Amino acid sequence: MNDNNNGYWKANLRLLGILLSIWFTVSFGFGILLVEELNRIPFFGFKLGFWWAQQGAIYVFVALIFIYIHQMQKLDRQYGVSDDEDESSSQEDE
Amino acid sequence: MDAQSLTYIFVALSFGLYIGIAIWSRAGSTNEFYVAGGGVHPIANGMATAADWMSAASFISMAGIIAFLGYDGAVYLMGWTGGYVILALLLAPYLRKFGQFTVPDFIGTRYYSTTARVIAVICLILISFTYVAGQMRGVGIVFSQFLNIPIFWGVIVGMAIVFMYAVLGGMKGITYTQVAQYCVLIFAYLVPAIFISMLITGIPIPQIGLGAEVADGSGLSVLDKLDQTLTELGFAAYTQGGKSTIDVFAITMALMIGTAGLPHVIVRFFTVPKVSDARKSAGYALIFIALLYTTAPAVGAFARLNFVETIHNTQYSDVAGWFKSWENIGLIGWEDKNEDGRIQYHPGAPFEGKPTFGPERRADGSRDVLNPPTASDNEVYVDRDIMVLANPEIAALPDWVIALVAAGSLAAALSTAAGLLLVISTSVSHDLMKKTFAKGLTDRQELFYARLAAVTAIGIAGYLGIDPPGFVAQVVAFAFGLAAASLFPAILLGIFDKRMNREGAIVGMLAGLIFTLTYIAYFKFVSPETNTAENWLFGISPEGIGTVGAVINFALALVISRCTAPAPHHVTALVDNIRIPKGVGEPQNH
Repeated sequence: MNDNNNGYWKANLRLLGILLSIWFTVSFGFGILLVEELNRIPFFGFKLGFWWAQQGAIYVFVALIFIYIHQMQKLDRQYGVSDDEDESSSQEDE
Repeated sequence: MDAQSLTYIFVALSFGLYIGIAIWSRAGSTNEFYVAGGGVHPIANGMATAADWMSAASFISMAGIIAFLGYDGAVYLMGWTGGYVILALLLAPYLRKFGQFTVPDFIGTRYYSTTARVIAVICLILISFTYVAGQMRGVGIVFSQFLNIPIFWGVIVGMAIVFMYAVLGGMKGITYTQVAQYCVLIFAYLVPAIFISMLITGIPIPQIGLGAEVADGSGLSVLDKLDQTLTELGFAAYTQGGKSTIDVFAITMALMIGTAGLPHVIVRFFTVPKVSDARKSAGYALIFIALLYTTAPAVGAFARLNFVETIHNTQYSDVAGWFKSWENIGLIGWEDKNEDGRIQYHPGAPFEGKPTFGPERRADGSRDVLNPPTASDNEVYVDRDIMVLANPEIAALPDWVIALVAAGSLAAALSTAAGLLLVISTSVSHDLMKKTFAKGLTDRQELFYARLAAVTAIGIAGYLGIDPPGFVAQVVAFAFGLAAASLFPAILLGIFDKRMNREGAIVGMLAGLIFTLTYIAYFKFVSPETNTAENWLFGISPEGIGTVGAVINFALALVISRCTAPAPHHVTALVDNIRIPKGVGEPQNH
């Protein structure tokens, strides 16, 4: 793998690390491990831990994938590895 | 017009639509049969993935399970959606770049081994049949309740429909049929949910209604009222779980990584033109799925509240019609233990096992349950699978809503069954025949074998539907455990660990699969009487054991790959290639 592709892969792994930490925190953290503590906090008629487990985590999951799509598109262009032929002009900027 | 005629009309119209689409989009080549020619738009693919994914278990069973489990139901909600994050971030883009037809294709090529390919096919067939059995039971329940025809004929009709579009249309037919099925099923799920949310709280959005005040002047929120009502009857509070934290953790994890390892979901990402489209498809799919999954907890809570309020302490002669009609097909049973003529609902089993009935009716018209009663105060047996189907009747909604739910649940069951059957037939014709046992097949011959395998698979699935092995969601949950313990680690390591080799992957897959299968078989079939928390390994139930299986798979694969020869150069070059989106081609029939 050349240096450019190595840099792309490292940046990709960094992004995955951040997103998966959030994924773990909202589901296994808020929804399961900390649920008893959070349940003491009322939240729009829900107990907060219960809300995370049955509603909140799912909304965050959707957001995470769209953040990922957006950030990866940026990375693809930055490293000139995009699969989109129309992006060829941005690859020449490198 | 009564509910039954309306149901016939709705079901016939939706079936006509699916068959029409199948004829319009018939597949002409293996490429179209396997991956729809690789040219499906991400939004259409997202809808198809959502329909493929949301099965009878999601549509029929899940809200019912949540209604009875309360907080613990979150394992299904988080598990079946969180897995999509894993899939979108860790698998889908790379598998699309790899660009072949099937999951065993990836495993066989990445681990340069026919043995690895065959093991992957075996895992895939085990997982898919476990899953398909659950769908066919769903079809059977719907037909027998709503159309009043025997389960046998219901399943036959379902098989004929699936045959039409899976065998003729292949992936192309299935993809466009599933788009239509998604629209039918989500509409059928949301309409009754909105009605019931309006009735109970006055708020039309179920996700908000779940946290709102009950519109009965009590000033209590829905969840507080449920907690209060249930604890008065002796149940645990709705918002508190009954399972241990470690078990909830393990089940959620098994469902998440199982989702990501399910072959019929993964293959969906081979049908879009580009790597970036594979990422987008997973995102759209999760939006479409989240619409149903955030509604389900509201449906579950409302259903439980309505259920308790309509039956507890009600005279049998005054009880609503739905109670009697479900009693007639044996999914509700009532034993008047204190002989006061009223139905009492409390925790615990009312009698031993599933109800069996005597030929004679009791004086009040109720069915005579023959099972030996237990010591508990509870008098009612309810099959959890009926909650979503009975919900519109319990809430006394108009007949057309009931008909809509019937059409929606059939859409959910049939779309998933078709996706699974296609994966089975593809693996047999492509991975077993063409790549392993009959290497010189032409495209036409391969297509013939694919159709033959689909016909055989439909036959077996139909048999499983007529003679089902258990509860829809429970059976389906095991498929996830198997996928989590076998395919997921092999695929993930194949992408992210360049040092991973043939030996590590094969031992890992076999160990994970055999461990998980043995554990489930032991507690479910060999000695089901010992299936309690104190006998479980680390307190993890058979539903969650796939997590332990996956850990074993990962650990063995990593250790063994470090002690044996590394993967050859052309394989590590392939790994470098799939990590970069640039240069993606159409899926190839190598």
